[in-house]
Formats: sequence, C-alpha cells, structure tokens
Amino acid sequence: MDVRLRIRRFNPELDRAPHWEEYRLEADPSDRVLDLLQQVKWYQDGTLTFRRSCGHGVCGSDAMLINGRNRLACEYLVKDAGRKITVEALRGLPVVKDLLVDQTGFWEKYRAAIPYLVNDEVPEDGKERRQSQADRAKYEDTSRCITCGACTTGCPVFWTNSDYIGPAAIVNAHRFIFDSRDHAHDERLELMADADGVWRCRTVFNCVEACPRGINVTRAILEVTQAIQGRHA
Amino acid sequence: MANVARYEPPAGLNIHELDAVVIGAGGAGLYAALELKRDLGPTAKVAVISKLYPSRSHTGAAQGGVCAALGNTEEDHWEWHWFDTVKGGDYLVDQDAAEVMCHDAVETIINLEHLGMPFDRTPEGLIDQRRFGGHTRNYGEAPVRRSCFAADRTGHAILYTLYQQCIHHEIAFFDEFQVLDLLMPAGPDGPVAGVVALELSTSEIHIFRARAVLFATGGYGKLFKVTTNAHTLTGDGMAIAYRHGLPLEDLEFFQFHPTGMYKLGFLLSEAMRGEGGILLNDNGERFMERYAPTMKDLASRDVVSRSIYLEIAEGRGIGGKDFVHLDVRHLGDEVLNKKLPDMTGFIKTYFGLDPLHDLVPIQPTAHYAMGGIPTDVDGRVLGALSEDGKQAVVPGFYAAGECACVSVHGGNRLGTNSLLDLLVFGRRAGIAMAQFLRTAPTPEPVPAAETPVREEVAALMDSVDGERPAAIREALQAVMFDKCGVFRTEEFLTDARDVVAGLRERAKHLHVEDKGCRYNTDLVDALELGYLLDIAEATVASALARTESRGAHAREDHPERDDVNWLKHSLAFRDRDGGQPSLGYKPVTITKFQPKPRVY
Repeated sequence: MDVRLRIRRFNPELDRAPHWEEYRLEADPSDRVLDLLQQVKWYQDGTLTFRRSCGHGVCGSDAMLINGRNRLACEYLVKDAGRKITVEALRGLPVVKDLLVDQTGFWEKYRAAIPYLVNDEVPEDGKERRQSQADRAKYEDTSRCITCGACTTGCPVFWTNSDYIGPAAIVNAHRFIFDSRDHAHDERLELMADADGVWRCRTVFNCVEACPRGINVTRAILEVTQAIQGRHA
Repeated sequence: MANVARYEPPAGLNIHELDAVVIGAGGAGLYAALELKRDLGPTAKVAVISKLYPSRSHTGAAQGGVCAALGNTEEDHWEWHWFDTVKGGDYLVDQDAAEVMCHDAVETIINLEHLGMPFDRTPEGLIDQRRFGGHTRNYGEAPVRRSCFAADRTGHAILYTLYQQCIHHEIAFFDEFQVLDLLMPAGPDGPVAGVVALELSTSEIHIFRARAVLFATGGYGKLFKVTTNAHTLTGDGMAIAYRHGLPLEDLEFFQFHPTGMYKLGFLLSEAMRGEGGILLNDNGERFMERYAPTMKDLASRDVVSRSIYLEIAEGRGIGGKDFVHLDVRHLGDEVLNKKLPDMTGFIKTYFGLDPLHDLVPIQPTAHYAMGGIPTDVDGRVLGALSEDGKQAVVPGFYAAGECACVSVHGGNRLGTNSLLDLLVFGRRAGIAMAQFLRTAPTPEPVPAAETPVREEVAALMDSVDGERPAAIREALQAVMFDKCGVFRTEEFLTDARDVVAGLRERAKHLHVEDKGCRYNTDLVDALELGYLLDIAEATVASALARTESRGAHAREDHPERDDVNWLKHSLAFRDRDGGQPSLGYKPVTITKFQPKPRVY
C-alpha cells in the first residue's frame, strides 16, 4: 500500500526552525513505522536522524510522537497507523536533530531516584536472600520499565515544569521502594516527597496510555504517595 | 531534500587518562566494570564507553533464563551442566573453560541476586527454575529444571540490575560514543594503550588512554537477513581486533535459533518449549519426536533448526511454505500471561494472533556467534599462534561476552548459556583486570594516535558520490543467510566468498550523504558496514575450509562429524594485502568427556 509519511525535521546546524517533510513509500500493512523511517534513511534521505536498536519493543530507543501519541516506532504497525502517518520528536525535551532528543535531563532524574538496590548484607549461608512470591509481586509491574521516556514526555505537568521528577523516575523509585530486600526505603520516599516529586502528579493518565509496556504508571505513583503518607501516619 | 551542511571536523582533541576502559555496556561490560571498581576502590578510574545508552544494550533482549545448578526445585549438579554444555557444543568446547563456567555459575547467580536481580521465586522464596533445551539430569537422562529467570525478560532484569549497581558505584559512562580504534603501538603482540572514539553528539574525537581495555561489544547478527539481533550488532569490536592482526576463532559456528517469528526474525523464547510448547508441521505432526526421541522439542538448537529446514525441504512446511508452527495453546492462560507475557505480547502485536487459540508461524533465525576474539578463562585476549598450537596473551587486552570465544559453546551454544557466559566471564575479566592493574606500567602516549580514525572518517565524509551503505548491506545479509546459513555446501560457500569479495570492492566507494557533525548516523551506518564485511570474509573462509558437519556448521557435502581431522578450533587472520584470510588451528582441550556420537 501507498503511505505518506510526514516527518517533523529539524537540524539546528542548518535550520532556523523545524519544518515538515513528506515522504511517499510503498509499505506492507505489517511493516512497523520504524521500517518506514529506515526506508527513508537508507534509500531517500541519509540525513534523517533517529535512535533505534532492538527493533521489537524491548530496548526503549525509538519512542516518538506518532499520529499525536507517544509510541515506540518499532511497535506500531502500518495497518494500525494508516496511510497518512505523522512523526515528531518526543515533547518536553530539547530536539537535537529530527526525531532525536537530548535525554540528559531524563537520565539525571532517573539517577536521582536512587534506582538501585541498597543492601550490603548477605545471608550467612552464602545463598540467595529469600523473598516470598507475594513480596516479589509488589514490584513486578514497575520492574518492567524500559526507560523509553514515553511517560515522562507525555506528561502535561512535565511540559510546564521541567523540574518535576516525572513518571519514569517515580516508576523506578517504586521498583525499589516495594522491594522487600531494600534498605533505602525512607531515603527514597523523602526524595519522592520533595516539592518536585509525586505531589506534582495530576492523575491525567497520559503516562498510562503512553507506556509501551502497559505499566500502570499512575497506580505506581499513587502507591508511592500512599507510602509517603503511611510513613507519617 | 537532503541537507548539505559542510563537514567541519572539530579541531580539538579530547584526551582521557584512565586505568581501564570497558567498551560496550551490555551484561559483560557492566559486570566487569562493577568488579573492577569494587576491587580497586573509589579512586580507580574506570570508564564504560558505549555507542548506546546502556539500557539499550542487547543483553536486555534475552528472554528465557540463565542456567546454574542451584538444585532449587529438583536435584541438580554443576557437573551435569558441564556435560550438557560439552555435548551441546558437539565436543568442540574447551572443557576446562566450560568447567569454570558451570562451576562458577552457582556463585555468580547468587551474587547477582545479592545485587538486586528480580528473579522469579519458588513458594519457599528461593530462585525459581525451569527447563530449557539441552539441559538434562544425570548426563542426558531427561530434561532438568536449571534455568533461573525473571518471567520471559531475564536479560532485561540482568542488564538493569548491573547498570543500576554501576550507577551506585559511580562508574563513569561515556554514552553514545562509537569506538573506532584500539591503540596497539607495538603491533598485534601488544600491549594495548587505550582506544579512540567518536562522540556521536558532536563528531569530536576522543582518546582514552588506559592500561587495560576490555571489549564487550556483542555479536554480529546483522550479518544475516533474518535475525533476532538488534540493528546495532555489527561486530565492531571483533572487526577492530581483526584489523590489528589478531585472530578470530570459530566464526563458522553461528547459531540459528529455531523459533524466530516468521519473516520478522524476532526471537520467541525457547522457554515457550521449556514450558511445554511443541513444533508442528503441515500435517499437524509433532515432527521432533522423529529427530530427537528423548529430548524432542527440547533438543539442542542446531538440531531443532535443521529438523525444521528438513521438514520444509520435504514439503511439510505450513502450506508448503518456509515455516512451521509453534503450538502453545495447551499451556493455558496462566502460563502464557504470567510466565511468558512478553512472548504473548509480541505474538499479539506483530502477528495479531492469540497464542492461547492460534498456532504461531516460526522459522529459524540468526541468533548467536559461538566464535569471536579468543580469550582464556580470565578474559585475557589470545593473539599470535605458535607452531605447537598455543596462543600468546596480549598484555592489557581483554574480551568478554558474545564478542569473545573462551570457548565454552564450541560448535553450538545451549540455551541460557549466553547470559551465563557474559556474567561469569565478564565478572572474571573484571577481577583479572584489577589484578593486572596493580602492577601494570602506564604505556607511553601514542603519537598521533587519532590519525587513522581521522582519516577513516574523513574519507567517508569527503565522499561526493558512490553507493549508499544500505544496498550493499542488504545484499550481504541476503547472501550470508542463503549461502552461509543453516545448511552449507562448498558451492554455496564459494558463491558467498565471491559475492562478499565483490561487495567489499563496492564498499570502497561509499557515499555518506549527511555531512553534519551532530549524530551523524549515516556515517555510523557506513562504518558498521565495514565491520560486517570484515566479519563476513573471515566467517565464509572458516566455513569453506571446515569439511565436516559439527554443531551449527552443517555441510551437506560433508554430513558427518570428523574428529580425526577437525576436532580443532579455527583461527582466521586478516591478510594485510587484502587477499583471503589465512587460517590457523589449535587443539580442543578435552579433560573429562571423550567425544561420542551426539543423540538427543
């Protein structure tokens, strides 16, 4: 089928402002939007720039705004996207070139969330720490995050206040706050209770809609909020 | 309309003085960096350089699990795992190396749990375990539960756990830097003195001076048309070593995974068969019962992939086409959604099918390089080959993970042993590097170290016409998949050799259209094509020479394993004058298990 792919192009080395370019392509309904971007780059315009790696929704490289919604280009098929497809860079982060954004701030927030297990004690028998299936289940959902940034850059609160730590960092804090093995529980909750922490969330649910992994991001934020409140109860 | 910015290479040079650099931020690189830093302490200057953000590394795509004989759900012993690994590799495995891997597996998995790895748990709260292809109890009797897992995203859990701990230990990361050269001022015998890299966001060149360098750059699955591998897996580190005169070992052994999604190539985990899934041909017959009466659908991957090809060749592909069915309908909702949720999601997203009700079309897909940069069990790279079949250590140079060949996989890797390899040997390499750094001298600065990289980049950036990399790459992937794939013959391989030589000629006139300095991924595509072409040349030469069938290397014209002439490792050395590579051989280390016919 014949597809029109409209891409918002911007190369600050050359362009004063972003502009739209349209490419016509012959595509298969089962092609992914990523396939179309590659076709353009490989055979029409080598300057088109975007990130990609695994190509099947597990590495989180190619989150972008497609037909008005944050998605992974490698998970969105032409049969669902239609004959006219528009692609833009994620919102809320500076565009470096075309569909590629500067993620420095995103990763700083991730690191700020203490996204690692804090626990230097090991069992005396030298074996694994025990964790019940029920305790393991508490952070199952948030352990699936692929740090693609679709949630944070889809959040209207983040668009207006870039100091907001954002859903992705909260998800990664949740991953450890609810891990029974962790010892930095209070420290992490303290961070999340900061003025630019969880209280900024307005439960717009854009993050839930945007998450390609289907993580219930808003619920995770709510659980962190409840943990903060429970601490003071 | 194409952009026509003129390329103005940044004039400055960035020099970093470090103790050790790790190239690649997958499981092997991260574990090595972590051990280095834990061992040497906070003042050690350790950096990880990656062409991606670490969380994008392909370790994260591994699914089904990582084996260790913990014996948490039934009796198991690391010696059984050792035997399975040797047999799985069709006796080309170095048995002393496999012994280290299977023995260290237990301690390494426990250490990973201590670092925070979110393993699935048994009702008692221990690490849960499940069955996987080729892993057996009591030397081949029956399948055993040995694979430790986090649902069907074990690699993702490992990658994140290690990356998180590296953040915890304040390891320096240079994300989105493409390493283009290894500094070996005195030639292939070493020592190494660092690496040269291109910062992708600016096109600035950086020299990282270091006393120890680890390559953990991953595989080269993008050499093949249908593959599970990420776009970024182009054999960079292996090709850089090869260009410096170091050999590449056992490249003719490349694993084709039986259950790739039809046409797309994405992996459907072996865990789907581990949990009870079966393969069906056009007659609805469970054909693996004929090829592997004991292990059936859980025979080793090379055996299952060949069986699928034979079914297709005999007209029993589905509707006469080049695929068969994976049937997991009987596993039920609970297993599909709790233990295999990502697989279920892939099938729904890309095929629009529901594995609870529908059969899933699958075909073998290029998956994993058994070969690579030769190393010992501490990650030390082995270089020059002497007449007695021994290789000398290259001082300061280490390799681990898929880019390395220890050799623990021999002719065919068992499922889950890739994650185990990168964990055990990444960790061991880090420990060995720390030991080395205690006494290693600081190398003299290499004069004009960046010159070869500047010239390589400038030649591409100055191109005004020529071919796009994509057309050459597609032709390469097609010939490698069709002629150097699951089945090979002398005729096929001779064709492949000639086609690859022709493509190498064409690649001398590449056109890089993007002339900018910001994230010039057009330039990166061209550089990566160069790496793939080097690996292709060495792979085909090694495969053409090996006139036997062993593991994943199946020669229709030489269908039997030949232990008299071929129980040895290949070493391909680049020809300096651009001719075909020269091949050397070294013996396989056999300590306990004498080669026997391989039956599943």
